[in-house]
Amino acid sequence: MKHRYLPMTEQDQTEMLATVGAKSVEDLFADIPASVRYNGVLPMSGALDEPSMLRHMHRLADRNADADRFTSFLGAGIYDHHIPVVINHVISRSEFYTAYTPYQPEISQGELQAIFEFQSYICELTGMKVANASMYDGATALAEAAALASGATKRKRIVVSRTVHPEAREIVRTSARGLNLEVVEVGFRDGVTDLDELKKTIDDNTAAVLVQTPNFFGCIEDIRVIEPLIHEKKGLLVMSVNPLSLGLLESPGVLGADVVVGDAQPLGIPTSLGGPTCGFFAVTEALMRRIPGRIVGQTVDRNGKRGFVLTLQAREQHIRREKATSNICSNQALLALCASVYMSVMGKSGMQEVSLQNMRKAHYAAGRFPAGSPAFTAPFFNEFVVKLPGPADVHKVNAMLLKAGYIGGYDLGTDYPELKGHMLVAVTERRTKDEIDGFVREWEASAI
Amino acid sequence: MKPEKALIFELSHPGRVAYSLTECDVPQIEPASVIPEGMLRSKPAELPEVYEVDVIRHYTELSRRNFGIDNGFYPLGSCTMKYNPKINEDVARFPGFAKIHPYQPEESIQGALELLYTLQNDLAALTGMDQVTLQPAAGAHGEWTGLMLIRAYHESRGEKRTKVIVPDSSHGTNPASATVAGFETITIPSNERGLVDLNALRAVVGSDTAALMLTNPNTLGLFEQQIEQIAQIVHDAGGLLYYDGANSNAIMGITRPGDMGFDVVHLNLHKTMSTPHGGGGPGAGPVGVKSKLVPFLPKPIVGRREDGTYFWDTDRPQSIGRVKAYYGNFGILVRAYTYIRTYGPEGLRRVSENAVLNANYMMHRLAPYFEVPYPGVCKHEFVLSGKRLKTFGVRTLDVAKRLLDFGYHPPTVYFPLNVEECIMIEPTETESKETMDGFIDTMIQIVKEAETDPQLVLNAPYTTVVNRLDEATAARKPVLNCSC
Amino acid sequence: MSEVRDNLYYSEEHEWALPAGGQIVRIGITDYAQCQLGDIVFVELPELGSTVVGGDSVGSIESVKTVSELYTPVSGKVVRVNDTLIDAPEAVNSDPYEAGWILEVEIEGSVEEAVGKLLTPERYRAVSD
Repeated sequence: MKHRYLPMTEQDQTEMLATVGAKSVEDLFADIPASVRYNGVLPMSGALDEPSMLRHMHRLADRNADADRFTSFLGAGIYDHHIPVVINHVISRSEFYTAYTPYQPEISQGELQAIFEFQSYICELTGMKVANASMYDGATALAEAAALASGATKRKRIVVSRTVHPEAREIVRTSARGLNLEVVEVGFRDGVTDLDELKKTIDDNTAAVLVQTPNFFGCIEDIRVIEPLIHEKKGLLVMSVNPLSLGLLESPGVLGADVVVGDAQPLGIPTSLGGPTCGFFAVTEALMRRIPGRIVGQTVDRNGKRGFVLTLQAREQHIRREKATSNICSNQALLALCASVYMSVMGKSGMQEVSLQNMRKAHYAAGRFPAGSPAFTAPFFNEFVVKLPGPADVHKVNAMLLKAGYIGGYDLGTDYPELKGHMLVAVTERRTKDEIDGFVREWEASAI
Repeated sequence: MKPEKALIFELSHPGRVAYSLTECDVPQIEPASVIPEGMLRSKPAELPEVYEVDVIRHYTELSRRNFGIDNGFYPLGSCTMKYNPKINEDVARFPGFAKIHPYQPEESIQGALELLYTLQNDLAALTGMDQVTLQPAAGAHGEWTGLMLIRAYHESRGEKRTKVIVPDSSHGTNPASATVAGFETITIPSNERGLVDLNALRAVVGSDTAALMLTNPNTLGLFEQQIEQIAQIVHDAGGLLYYDGANSNAIMGITRPGDMGFDVVHLNLHKTMSTPHGGGGPGAGPVGVKSKLVPFLPKPIVGRREDGTYFWDTDRPQSIGRVKAYYGNFGILVRAYTYIRTYGPEGLRRVSENAVLNANYMMHRLAPYFEVPYPGVCKHEFVLSGKRLKTFGVRTLDVAKRLLDFGYHPPTVYFPLNVEECIMIEPTETESKETMDGFIDTMIQIVKEAETDPQLVLNAPYTTVVNRLDEATAARKPVLNCSC
Repeated sequence: MSEVRDNLYYSEEHEWALPAGGQIVRIGITDYAQCQLGDIVFVELPELGSTVVGGDSVGSIESVKTVSELYTPVSGKVVRVNDTLIDAPEAVNSDPYEAGWILEVEIEGSVEEAVGKLLTPERYRAVSD
């Protein structure tokens, strides 16, 4: 069998077997008992040559409605933002993408410096003191934040607002089961966390309050009111944020957060059916040694030259084994690199401008919907909720929008029975006035 | 040696831009007119101000200070650093895969769903399992998911089983995953041949045993020949067997965890299925299970209707819930699917055969110069001990650093923990005999240097952009970002 | 060869104990232990005023590559901790028996009896050899 990734010729094989002192390749598997051997050909998809493979993959890809051919108003955690073209060029450098974790710092300074810069970017954006090298995604980062809060406060109760992304809440619950934590949910009023209920729910055993802002409905939570409620009880304030909104909205550091998490997808990462993305995780200085995952630090070499290393490694799971408080042993380095390049490209003024455009376009769009459609009056960023008239069904409306070339908004009835017939609409800087006008026209035609 | 590389922040010149946004064509409302002042940013984030050439040159220079598989041989044991095919990268970037949204209507992502459905089935066939979830984002995430499934299974039978058994050669993630899944870990010693000691296993199994976690071949590169007896001991006690798929590159098409008696398995697609490690991620750690555990799988999985259409199967009342937002690392799954179809089942078998022959060849050529703690046939990787060099004052770490000067990524060192001065080598199937010979000759040369001129090895590396770094100061006085 | 001092008492987990006057016992880790750990980068100190039981983990010691639990060899109340280790954990490496002490425990009952249960220097030499 000849294959373009396999260099072993028949002559190589003969010579190597002679060195090993084996008669055949089969001899090398003699230690596997016959009773567990697989005989025959596995019932898997067959091999394709390169031209056929490309044709096959094009056929599969063409059966998906992508955001180049369709106009998307779908967000709910994953957004259709413009991705500067330089990002793909940087992450396509195989010195980055074919490298393992930078365990040999002398030949990994590029990756280590890139992560150090990522940590610096996240700290700058969130206003926090310490950030790690990234996590699987925003949702698992939130679950890790809950675990951190429980460890730091030695308390077992986690309070989560129902305005947090439903999937993130689900993951917090799944992981809380493993750690034997109690998760209590707090409802919402007019699109934001019900503050009276929150106040009543926080007690002396509460490790943390988990809030998201802008929240799942796109509304901005009033953190200045929430912060004292939890800090009075000596619990931690965990904020999940959309990093792109921080070009416009106040930084969590200024608002008094102890832990800040989020998903870096809006920062130059393709939507890719929701993954891979990249979670970020930032904390106050007091929590530095409790932060999960990898961290890169600056140091010097034997000649006094600046260099970077993985540091605070003793916290990591593979060292602590059963004493570990997290089992994460990787980061999303390549996607953190996307986010870093994005922030390098946007810079100080670009981050403000893109954030502003999202807010303005979303507000323009919200104003185009028929009076009475917007469901909430709370301030919002680039996403808002509209109520469909009467008996209209979000699923059906989206099917009609798709035929007209639009990817419609998220059906909130899926997760919130009380919001049946409500659609979450996202408007990014990629949308033009014409697209927005066309979408609203089609929405009205489909829904009414 | 190269000079220090500036941070991107140090390149900033106020007034420069590298972005290009569409002119805003909707009314330019003031933020304060719709958002209360207290919620608006009081001070902009101090991001660097550079232009596009700065960005490209900066990251190009960083890439030149990094070593990937495309730069050279990367025999990092237990990490399966095989060639990352370029076609995988190309197809994952097709707009039909890269620019689709997880919440789009099912009818608008039928191609993606078909790919996932086929991949679920292919991985089930490869591992001998009945169903697969593609959600977990990494190997450790897969382990934790698998253990949560085991926990749910026992609980559904009204049993409270609290202990997970691991061998002392296991990777540190195994006990860590067990802990965060709410289990207590029991570590059992290996026998003199580096394999599970059946008596030690018998001594700890009982009515509180939830599972045994095992890699096979194990982290020493040895096949657990008594796997069937091991399985019986654990199953007789009512426990389940968990297969850590880190070492699957040795066995594809040759033997399957399902046939060995395992109930749950995770695969590392970033190892066995060639998806790039990305400098530390993203990866993917799908989990396969036997039928009795299927009801507990994370939701959703991908189903196929009789009419040939595909759907998200979310109606799974006994599911442990979600473990990852959306549906896992789809972009990685596209690459893995492409890889599998590049080989087909017979090709994958050849991959494992070549990986194993390569490892045995390297072990035999290096054996005269190092100690081989577990002689005999190895699978896809093997361990050496560098303890003989300690008499010259040279340690395994020094050998690793000296290898850098010859353009090689060093093997894994100091793991597994039960081998003194351990060197763990995994060549993979994509390396040629000439490449391996070159590496072997270099290792022999370094041994001779250690014997005759140890200082030469102790001061290495000489050719890298930085010398050995002060890790103690980095951890004592952490500088973790440039604004400190 | 690591140093074992004749005026101290030792635990199997490589802590030393020194009767420091009155009911106070001073605790640290041995020269052998610091040598095994390598460059120490962080010492997690026990909480002042907390009650500890002999053999319990009361903190941890992190080196570059590993982390080790700190066990107290005696029971009592933590009355002092060595704050200087927060900024200079390397003192445990350079001077484990003096500047690198870690905590002081005030014990109830006889100090002699409490330390009497620990290893003598001779026996500890045999353990750490």
